Amino acid sequence: MADSYQFPVDRTQVMLFARALLDIRPEYWDPDDPATKAIGGIVTPPTFVISSAHWDPDYPLDLTRPRKEPRQPRQEGEGRGGNVARILHAEQHFEYHHPIRVGDVLTVTSRPGKTWEKQGRRGGRLLFTETITEFRNQDGVLCVTARSVGVQTEKAVEQS
Amino acid sequence: MPLKVGDKREQVVIENMTRTHIVKYAGASGDFNPIHHDEVFAKQAGYPSVFAHGMFTMGLTARMLTDWLGPLALKSYGVRFTRQVWPGDTLTAKAEVVEVKDGIATIRVWTENQNGEVVVEGQATAVAD
Repeated sequence: MADSYQFPVDRTQVMLFARALLDIRPEYWDPDDPATKAIGGIVTPPTFVISSAHWDPDYPLDLTRPRKEPRQPRQEGEGRGGNVARILHAEQHFEYHHPIRVGDVLTVTSRPGKTWEKQGRRGGRLLFTETITEFRNQDGVLCVTARSVGVQTEKAVEQS
Repeated sequence: MPLKVGDKREQVVIENMTRTHIVKYAGASGDFNPIHHDEVFAKQAGYPSVFAHGMFTMGLTARMLTDWLGPLALKSYGVRFTRQVWPGDTLTAKAEVVEVKDGIATIRVWTENQNGEVVVEGQATAVAD
């Protein structure tokens, strides 16, 4: 992942993200609705910052993204941390410090957290890795801190 | 909204999830891991079909919280992904206030599929008044 990149918060992206979550509340798309005006303009759903993936230059899970510089050749399904079919999202945590508004330009900064290993019941040996990501607005105000835990499995997680 | 210990909320956040729902979330979020939209890829990887992004379920679950508390009430929100969500699933998000202290409510949050199995579980904190 890039150490840092810019994530401009666009009204259309907020609307699309809310729609994908089947959320029709006007505070996510209609600046003229009284509810939106009452809170000073459009805000974003609690998990919206995850869509910063679109702006992450090294985002591993968008294999068909057109790029100026060709990526290192790798097999379909091979991502930054190995085979994407074997990496699952184990945990996600957000802390909300300050509202994100349409028009904000967020600076996204990530750093690795802890790593640990565990013997899984359903997927063999499990390797956990943690990433901490901060989203700061154009005024330098910390808006959201995200902590993501990914798990790499040896085989497909058995269905039970 | 004034919250007190024992307050509960429950909401069906998606009925009969389709592959189109999952694809729409992929487009909005930017997560194009083929395991979530490419059935051939998913089966080759050992799964019976595509399955939803964990973040899709987390986002749907958050809608229960914001429908209840409003879009600016949350101070934190975190989940563990405990079980995969498949096309055809119907999800019910549930919450219960377990503590109120210094104006902040701690809320246990979890979502169940149509079989009563927990697919995400975690915790949120929110302004209590």
